[in-house]
Amino acid sequence: MMISQPVARPDGGVKVTGRARYAADYFAPDLLHAVLVTAPVPAGRVTSIMVDDALAEEGVVRVLTHEDMPKFGRFASPRAEPDTQMQQAEGPPAAQSFMPMQGDEIRHEGQPLAIVLGETLEAAEAGARRVALRYEFAEPELPAPPEWTAIDKAAVVPRESGFLFLEPTFTKGEVDRGLADAAAMVEAVYLQPSRHHNAMEPSATLAEWNDGELTLHDATQHVYGVRQVVAARMNVPAEKVRVISRHTGGGFGGKGWIWPHQVLAAAAARIMQRPVRLALSRANAYSCLGYQPRMAQKIVLAADRSGKLTAVQQDVVNLTTVTDDFVEFATEASKGLYATPAMRLSQRVERANVAMPTPLRAPVEGPGTWALESAMDELAHRLGIDPLDLRLINHADTDPATGQPWSSKKLREAYEEGARLFGWRERPRKPQRDGDWLIGYGMATCSMGCFRNPTPAAEVRLHRDGTVLIRTGTQDIGTGTLTIFPQIAADVLGLPMEKIELEMGDTQLPEAGPTYGSSSTMGVGAAVLAAAEDARSQLARLANLLPDEVEMQDGKIRRKGAAGGQTIADVMSHTDIGEITGSGSFDPAQHGKGLAMRTFGAIFMEVGVDPGLGLLRLRRAVGSYSAGRIVNPRTARSQMTGGIIWGWGMAAMEQSRHEPVLGRFLSKNLSGVAIPVNADIPGDIIIHFVDEVDEHASPIGGKGIGELGATGVAAAVANAVFDATGKRIRELPITPEKLL
Amino acid sequence: MTPFVYARADSLGETIAAGAAPDSAFLAGGTELLNWLRLGIAEPTRIIDISRLDGLDQVEALPGGGLTIGALTHLNDVAQHALVMRDYPVLSQAILNAASPQLRNLATIGGNLLQKTRCAYFRAEEQLPCNKRQLGSGCSALHGINDNHAIFGWTEDCVATQPSDPAVALAALDAVIVTAHRSGGRRIPAAEFHLLPDTRPEADNVLQQGELITAIELPAPAPRSAYLKVRERESYEYAIVSAAAVLEMDGQTIRRAALALGSVALRPWRLSAAEEQLAGAEIGDREALSTAIEQSFAEARPLSQNAYKIELAKTAALRAIERAARMPS
Ligand SMILES: Cc1cc2nc3c(=O)[nH]c(=O)nc-3n(C[C@H](O)[C@H](O)[C@H](O)COP(=O)(O)OP(=O)(O)OC[C@H]3O[C@@H](n4cnc5c(N)ncnc54)[C@H](O)[C@@H]3O)c2cc1C
Ligand code: SF4
Repeated sequence: MMISQPVARPDGGVKVTGRARYAADYFAPDLLHAVLVTAPVPAGRVTSIMVDDALAEEGVVRVLTHEDMPKFGRFASPRAEPDTQMQQAEGPPAAQSFMPMQGDEIRHEGQPLAIVLGETLEAAEAGARRVALRYEFAEPELPAPPEWTAIDKAAVVPRESGFLFLEPTFTKGEVDRGLADAAAMVEAVYLQPSRHHNAMEPSATLAEWNDGELTLHDATQHVYGVRQVVAARMNVPAEKVRVISRHTGGGFGGKGWIWPHQVLAAAAARIMQRPVRLALSRANAYSCLGYQPRMAQKIVLAADRSGKLTAVQQDVVNLTTVTDDFVEFATEASKGLYATPAMRLSQRVERANVAMPTPLRAPVEGPGTWALESAMDELAHRLGIDPLDLRLINHADTDPATGQPWSSKKLREAYEEGARLFGWRERPRKPQRDGDWLIGYGMATCSMGCFRNPTPAAEVRLHRDGTVLIRTGTQDIGTGTLTIFPQIAADVLGLPMEKIELEMGDTQLPEAGPTYGSSSTMGVGAAVLAAAEDARSQLARLANLLPDEVEMQDGKIRRKGAAGGQTIADVMSHTDIGEITGSGSFDPAQHGKGLAMRTFGAIFMEVGVDPGLGLLRLRRAVGSYSAGRIVNPRTARSQMTGGIIWGWGMAAMEQSRHEPVLGRFLSKNLSGVAIPVNADIPGDIIIHFVDEVDEHASPIGGKGIGELGATGVAAAVANAVFDATGKRIRELPITPEKLL
Repeated sequence: MTPFVYARADSLGETIAAGAAPDSAFLAGGTELLNWLRLGIAEPTRIIDISRLDGLDQVEALPGGGLTIGALTHLNDVAQHALVMRDYPVLSQAILNAASPQLRNLATIGGNLLQKTRCAYFRAEEQLPCNKRQLGSGCSALHGINDNHAIFGWTEDCVATQPSDPAVALAALDAVIVTAHRSGGRRIPAAEFHLLPDTRPEADNVLQQGELITAIELPAPAPRSAYLKVRERESYEYAIVSAAAVLEMDGQTIRRAALALGSVALRPWRLSAAEEQLAGAEIGDREALSTAIEQSFAEARPLSQNAYKIELAKTAALRAIERAARMPS
């Protein structure tokens, strides 16, 4: 059995030695380097773009402005239901409907206005500095100050679009009665700042046209999405576009949808009739790509004396750009976490002249659990009930919003094991001190929705010499799929890992959807499983065995339970077939109908707070999860640890600050935006998975884990800070000035 | 990046002659200069590589006591030098709390003192209103985001802080910065090396064009000294506030104290009033120590968002004193 083994990453070597090639590492003969000139103000109109000085720079070939650009086509979101308004609506995988360089309007600071093309990157950069812009300044809409009254006043109901995945409001039961009957109530506002993905690799695209066919080397989480959107914008059939992405240097959602720069690179290459590489600068990555928007959430929790929830009310407002309404559905957490007879939830947006937000690792439940799990802690203290017990009392045996049964849920076990590993029940209840440090303990529930992308496909080619090639058009963003897909095939075909090769990241491979929403193991993994089983069945037939009755081990096929068997080479040598091609796909509609699906878990944290210096440090953590079958405990552990660190960043330091006068992000670099470093992370992080198989979610038995670990963490930290200091922090990040 | 001529100097004389040309810059470790070139903060046309100059990368005991540190000594080599660790722990700690190990292997102690403010407006990828980037363009931080800016010595022209950690230790140690220049060299007290924004907000320090730091001299050993750095993450981050304390003690009584704060002004901020009152105080008497420190905060002036730094700085100073007192003498 290869599945469930802690197999090491086969891609580790090429990654740490720098041999793995990322989009910007590709070269094409006659390549031009592109550098963007971006809007210095958040609103207004460009009146002239003077390019003479730029062209005078040695090596600058051309400066493109909106006047040079083709009229880009519309991209109608395939999510849209036919015969509705939505059909016309733009939406994912396009990151925004607004395309820059189609006119003179400025909608946000950092918006691309011109593209300088040079024979070298240095020339293009020097040229970009010499482009002189004249513009008319218009009074911008800027984000409201970060407090509820102002944000509430600025908030509006989101308009219909491809970004409105769900109804913006949800009601169940009689909320007013639930509030009136309550023995205890918490009403509070939780704030969080905008945050960028800060992937190590800023996005990059190399675009090359040959006889009307476009090839893109791209940093993306979705090669097929790039193909759809770029083809539509460039008004060419999708078949004319090939997208290649062998490795992507971190995504976290930032490369999930398709941004204007990918289209601009293609357009520039077509205009110039030369290959063009547009590698975004770190600063571009802050304004030409998305971010998790600043959010405010007002929550009311009401409970009876026993702690049972009688009503949940949640109003969420997230920032968005003036042209598109991105909605961050934090209310999903409240819909899925706790049993309650009544809930009233609403999502609104606050429009401003800012760049378009986008999903960021642990979207939706990430922000949702920050607010809900903080409020649950407040409620526990008000009722004098242990925070863990309050959660057990309100455990949802069926989906709270729909009443549907769960496909599988072992949250009670996860709580129990997590509590045991952490020593939650035995934790000191009196204030603890370690020198200047006050010690505090906090916990929270973790949960993510189960995003199953329709119909990823894969192919498994079994060669006569007993080697295997897996082909699937998904992409490597570093999460571990390069390890677990071969593992799955190795398991079915009874071969060692070394015999298995994997080709991904190319639209010439079977379509396999995006790498986001923690969906790859469930979806693409299931497709690989089906393809490997198909290959095994074909081999069985060649060996005159019944496909359903065979097993493979040590490179041999045999009847289940029988000894010996025939080698792959022997079976195939009877025929003139050099290889067997198995195909497989995964259609989520065929699995788990009528069932609610989620992943669950609990995070327990111990923090230290030095109130004199305002310092907050993580001392240890235990994460315990119910997430279906774990295909590889080693890569899974590193995903969860990474998620907890990600959550620590959200809790303790990360923020992209909106500058209140200039209408830009204050810092567009990693020197001005703190993210955790190794020294912030203690070795003592324990990860536990409950033994579980969810056969409804996917034939793999697993569910997504990539984002689950990042949920709940911010609340657990704030709850631990409260335990240590008696201070309830409701605004992230928890920086020194809030702790003094 | 604007094209420039690269030249390598072989001798001290050649270096200071070449450096005198306007628009020329010295290159030591390059960890700061390169940022300026990338951001357009500086556009020198001539870069003179001094990193291979002989004899400027040694740490040596001075005949009359004290230590001289060559300006080109790498930060890690200073911090891990046996004499520095034993006799000047405040400097060793300040350095080891700066930047990352990789940077400290490349960055020099001389170059460190010449780093510019980390004010986000100043370090932006394009020129924003900022008097330090362009005199007369205004100060964006004054009415913008200034929670990490100065509480001492600022003017409406600039409210930034000097971020160097070693500079704070050197100010508390009463170190001397030794320079060479075509018109002769100088000895500059460390606490007077950096400039406040009151006269020329665009200038960072007293060096003239082409003036080369050759060494930093430390006076008599200061084994009872310590450095404390406050920042939201544990490593690889500039200070919100830092404090250096150098003590001479008679048993539990402070005989003499020198205190400097970092990241609170455009220069390391000596707390002279506090120092005076600390002489004679008992180290165990927190109240007396706090009252003494309080003396130096009469002149603190918060900006719209950084009043919290005043309390923070007081605590940091107090803790640095207590830490210094615990050091073996
Ligand atoms: C990511 C990052 C994090 C950092 N964090 C910290 C921190 O936490 N604390 C801290 O204190 N510092 C920090 N630094 C700053 C770092 O310590 C300095 O960049 C470094 O010390 C500069 O030394 P250098 O030799 O590289 O200088 P260079 O970059 O070579 O030179 C800097 C300037 O000094 C001039 N110069 C250099 N040597 C001499 C000399 N002998 N005489 C006259 N002029 C000279 C150069 O002309 C140039 O103008 C950080 C830097 C980076 C990049
Ligand atoms: S504080 Fe100084 S460096 Fe910062 S914006 Fe103002 S003038 Fe510029």
